[in-house]
Amino acid sequence: MSESLLFGLYVFALAVFVGYQVISKVPHLLHTPLMSATNAISGISLVGSLVAAGGRYGRLSTLLGVVAVTAATINVVGGFLITDRMLRMFRKGPGAGSEPQH
Amino acid sequence: MATLSIRDTLIQLLYLAAAILFVQGLRGLGAAKSARRGILYAEIGMLFAVIGTLLHNDIISYQWILIGLIAGSAIGTMMGLWIPMTKMPERIALSHAFGGIAVALVGIVEYIEHMDLMRESTLHITATGLEVGLGALTFTGSLMAFGKLQGVITGKPVTFPGQNASNGLLIAVTLGLIGYLIYSPDSAWAFYAIVVLGTVLGVSLVLPIGGADMPVVICLLNSYAGLAAAATGFALKNNVLIICGALDGGSGFLLGMMMSKAMNRSFTNVLFGAFGATPEAAAATAGGGPAPNVGTIDDSVEVLKSARSLIVIPGYGMAVSQAQHAVRDLAAALIAQGTSVRYAIHPVAGRMPGHMNVLLAEANVPYDQLYDLDLINDEFTTVDVALVVGANDVVNPAARNNKQSPIYGMPILNADLARSVIVLKRSLNPGFAGIENELFVRPNTMLVLGDAKRTILSFTAGLKAS
Repeated sequence: MSESLLFGLYVFALAVFVGYQVISKVPHLLHTPLMSATNAISGISLVGSLVAAGGRYGRLSTLLGVVAVTAATINVVGGFLITDRMLRMFRKGPGAGSEPQH
Repeated sequence: MATLSIRDTLIQLLYLAAAILFVQGLRGLGAAKSARRGILYAEIGMLFAVIGTLLHNDIISYQWILIGLIAGSAIGTMMGLWIPMTKMPERIALSHAFGGIAVALVGIVEYIEHMDLMRESTLHITATGLEVGLGALTFTGSLMAFGKLQGVITGKPVTFPGQNASNGLLIAVTLGLIGYLIYSPDSAWAFYAIVVLGTVLGVSLVLPIGGADMPVVICLLNSYAGLAAAATGFALKNNVLIICGALDGGSGFLLGMMMSKAMNRSFTNVLFGAFGATPEAAAATAGGGPAPNVGTIDDSVEVLKSARSLIVIPGYGMAVSQAQHAVRDLAAALIAQGTSVRYAIHPVAGRMPGHMNVLLAEANVPYDQLYDLDLINDEFTTVDVALVVGANDVVNPAARNNKQSPIYGMPILNADLARSVIVLKRSLNPGFAGIENELFVRPNTMLVLGDAKRTILSFTAGLKAS
């Protein structure tokens, strides 16, 4: 087993634990925003995509890299926008929307 | 380990900050009050990660990067601003597809350009193989889920004999090919075969799963997308990728488990059980039973007028007919006449976790009127009216008392214990899961057929007219 695999497994295992603790505390109310947020965070594959699109690579690789950057950026930008749009709507209020706000 | 250059140190510190901000961001989602601040943290984290990557030595030209970033931002902004809340499950499914393809393409570029590393390191080739396999699977699997939710592909489970065996074989072959690549990293055919098998698996694993089980599938695809990103992290030796992948993978898995539990089914049963495959058989047995009590708008308005307390039970039908605003207005009219109104939210109502909460929030319903199943289920015995808006399986008493029913044991909302029940339903057909519902034929239940939104608008008009 290489040192970097071992190191990576440590990071992975600890992150899974932290993730479990944090995510199990998210109430049912916010499960859709949670999915949307993790979706935006999964756009972190940008980190790999950017290098693929901008590295000293062949034409095919650059093209694939650009598609990857585009796809990941859609998730980052769209994911964060939509999560915030959703969360803005959640409000605690008096009365059952007796005064509809449009 | 060698000491890092100043530039690399800066990059790694930015990644570290990003990882911390992501965790803080998810922590913020623990309560509605802190959620938006949490998302802001996560956004800053993403900015740090992108800046860190752009500082990378390997990047020599920014022109293609810029094109991708601009195209992605434009499409992402349009999707972010214009997709209606009712289409949220579809959007989530689609974005998992984007995530899957991004990861798979990064893996392919890695294989084309870094053959030397593949030959050198077992970890590198294994992780890259897993990455492209999982990425391709997530891509086609999510497209299938999207098609099922959108109605392009039939929501019924599509099955053939020996399906699980052949899927198992496909998985075994894919893993075998990854193993083969370790010994022969130059065998490009094996690498690309993994990509192809991944795309096939995505289709064949999701196709047999029924539409009502899509919440679990979406969670699972979320999990796969995360694991694929984590595999990328192992291949590129990038910790922020590993951490985000683990957070995502863990989150999807946890939500999937919660959803399965709320349906009283195991994960494996959802994935391989082809639930709802025989609606005809179920319908046939109930064919001879009592006829449902179909009521008119006027009948229902009379019931609503005399109700002192009411619980709304929303389901997927509310999303389909976009009735959330109409429901809010009806609730306002009821409150104006002195009726107490609460909402009971079943964990699997709708097509994704938390679907109903978002729709009602969109309609300006304050979230302190929304109650989870365990908080409100004892209240039904004391409530005058349970108003079921397009929900079906989550209020089916068969889950409590019919051992033959496929949903036996699933926790349900006790709508049938309310003094009277009004059920809004599009037609007399069984629901998405294809199971007969005895709640509909009970003497204290009144069925009002038609589009839920129009029915509710007429209820409100009827209440106000008197």
